[in-house]
Amino acid sequence: MWAFRVGTLVVAAGALLAQRSYSPGDVQDGQRLFLANCAACHGPEGDAVPGVDLGHGKFQRASSDDDLIKIMQKGIANTAMPPNNFTDFQAGTIVAYLRDMAKPAAQSTLAGGDVTAGKAIFEGKGGCLACHRVKGNGSRVGPELTDIGALRRAVELERSVLDPDAEILPQNRSFRVVTRDGAATTGRLLNQDAFTVQLMDSNERLKSFSKSDLREYAFVDKSPMPSYTGKLSPKELADLVSYLASLKGVEKQ
Amino acid sequence: MMTRILLLVSLTGALAGSLGAQVSFDRLLNTGKEPQNWLTYSGTMMSQRHSPLTQITPENVKNLELQWIYQARSLEKFEATALVVDGIMYTVQAPNDVIALDATTGRVFWTYQFAPSQAARPCCGRVNRGLAILGDTLFMGTIDAHLIAIDAKNGKPLWDTTVAKADSGYAITHAPLIVKDKVIVGTAGGEFGIRGFIAAFDVRTGKEAWRFYTIPGPGEPGHETWAGDSWKTGGASVWMTGSYDPQLNLTYWGVGNPGPDYNGDVRKGDNLYSDSVVALDADTGKLKWYYQFSPHDEFDYDSVQVPVLADMQWQGKDGQKRPRKLMLWANRNGLFYALDRTSGEFLKGTPFVEVNWMNGFDEAGRPMKVTGKTPTAEGTLIFPGNHGGTNWNNPSYSPSTGLFYVGAWAGYSSNFVKRDDDEYTEGRRYTGGFQRSAIPGGATTPAPPTNTRNESEGYGAIRALDATTGERKWEFKMNDVTDGGILTTASDLLFSGGREGYFFALDARSGALLWKTAVGGTVASGPMTYSVGGRQYVAVAAGNSLFTFALRQ
Repeated sequence: MWAFRVGTLVVAAGALLAQRSYSPGDVQDGQRLFLANCAACHGPEGDAVPGVDLGHGKFQRASSDDDLIKIMQKGIANTAMPPNNFTDFQAGTIVAYLRDMAKPAAQSTLAGGDVTAGKAIFEGKGGCLACHRVKGNGSRVGPELTDIGALRRAVELERSVLDPDAEILPQNRSFRVVTRDGAATTGRLLNQDAFTVQLMDSNERLKSFSKSDLREYAFVDKSPMPSYTGKLSPKELADLVSYLASLKGVEKQ
Repeated sequence: MMTRILLLVSLTGALAGSLGAQVSFDRLLNTGKEPQNWLTYSGTMMSQRHSPLTQITPENVKNLELQWIYQARSLEKFEATALVVDGIMYTVQAPNDVIALDATTGRVFWTYQFAPSQAARPCCGRVNRGLAILGDTLFMGTIDAHLIAIDAKNGKPLWDTTVAKADSGYAITHAPLIVKDKVIVGTAGGEFGIRGFIAAFDVRTGKEAWRFYTIPGPGEPGHETWAGDSWKTGGASVWMTGSYDPQLNLTYWGVGNPGPDYNGDVRKGDNLYSDSVVALDADTGKLKWYYQFSPHDEFDYDSVQVPVLADMQWQGKDGQKRPRKLMLWANRNGLFYALDRTSGEFLKGTPFVEVNWMNGFDEAGRPMKVTGKTPTAEGTLIFPGNHGGTNWNNPSYSPSTGLFYVGAWAGYSSNFVKRDDDEYTEGRRYTGGFQRSAIPGGATTPAPPTNTRNESEGYGAIRALDATTGERKWEFKMNDVTDGGILTTASDLLFSGGREGYFFALDARSGALLWKTAVGGTVASGPMTYSVGGRQYVAVAAGNSLFTFALRQ
């Protein structure tokens, strides 16, 4: 046990000195930590604090990976930046995500669109309310989007509109069950265990099934959402993405 | 067999859901038509916590068995009473996470996680007692004094209104009350020198529609009952859910203690409307009548108990019995009351535990205080003690037995000590003294894990009172005291529990113990009952978990 601890320390110290390299898994872990811990103030694009653009390497007081890790762990005195209980490794994955955000492939190709026009497309031509809900309007069958702009980057929103199958978050997966008497239900999977499945069905009802009463049950791999590739002009797409990016959740009053 | 039942249950549940998905206000007014559901905090607008369900009876209750447990991801007290709507259960995991569960299996559909401000400083635990529902929207008050509307289908917030300043000591811990198109809440904080109020908010927008201050401002009637500027910091908090009479269009709310709690010298006067029940016009919030249970209270006798409304025959002064709209109330101050809820007229008041601070009522129904029974620097022994003859733990009234049931702290006293050097500072505790009792673990401190007291130091009991006379019909004794609420059913069962960690069923007519189970944690919530797929369930929160029982199949 003692030997193991010493070994770990040596590795950790070595990692601190070396320039880091990150795996795609590190980047994904870092994204999760970033969205859960940082995006509330810095925004999903990392540019919500004036003078700071985390996704483009624009920092006030840091440049190296190790500087960033220290700031994340210790905070910045007399500012709104608090200390955090991240290990070196966890903070490192956030740095990995920030470095990844800056790559050209990870940037939206759409220039700033018109939010109002985007809202009109969302509610009209796009038909988005048939499945999605924003601030009490629309359907609950698809993902609720009231705060999607606080959770996802423009590049991610753009990709979801053009290629809905590219990334389906675990909480948005479709699931189909068929009972022994042949009744089929497809809906958004809310929860499951060894014995039961919970769905929201196409009529927005919360339903719970016992697996032993099901003839078959399985994930539906494809998103029920259609691709908007070719259906919207570049300007309309930019407007729509800008509208989605503007949705920051329910405001406190 | 089990799985077939589950399928039937889920199909039936879905069918019921499709028939009446929206919880209209009409449904809230007519809960008796759908006894399978539990649609408001206290079961009905009358707040009797009495269910028409009869599948579980005194004969078969011994066959109750555990169906499922929901373990909260929280070590706070679990004080919430769940709602059940067409097979879906909604409850609150302390402090302010809302959870939707399958009421037959306990499996979670969704969770809404709310992180209250670090500035929140509720006096007695980061707790929540439940939700309200209207349409497809749930409503929750938070310990940082927000009121939040949440989509009941997907758990997403719809609006978030700041009701009061958490860093001044305001908090919301009770379930909201729906009346028509408004959601009504009050503010806790009586130990922090707040100025309490009850306010109604538009269910669609969260905009405030009316506000009633429980301490009248300058120029308003009752303002003269507060010496000097004491009205500004006089407490009079609200931390339990009110009731509603649709015929009178009045909503009734119990009001908490005046502050500072134990030093009345700095707030001379009756201190209206502390320790009172107020009857408000539900549309405007205007005061229709009030009755003050404990004028110029110095013992922290919050009168926040849920107002229990009952319609029954009442003997008038001419000796004739006539139907009367009543309000029944076992108060923290140790007295059981019957009031006329149309006019607020005092009809009856009688002790249900040992009381030494008063010795009768005058013609107008005002308690006559005993000279010298006031906190001093040395301490004064008062019955009932600080936690009261009862506290917030929900009572029940059964129209079937005509009895009112209360979880009582019997033979219980405290030494009340006054301090003159306590000055108000915003957001700090402001109590003007303290109290000592043979029973440790009041609202602010956890109960010890073991109990070595004898009965003369006080004990917990379920007491059954004749609702018309206040006379005690029977008593079920516990060694330890109780924070457990009470549920009665039309089959004359009574469910409750206490600090000893038992959940039990009594014969509501005799008090005989019919069934008990050890839940391993304090029952500090009101039990409730519901039915899905023709099967009756009883649910109660205890310790940090929610337990659900049904008859063995």
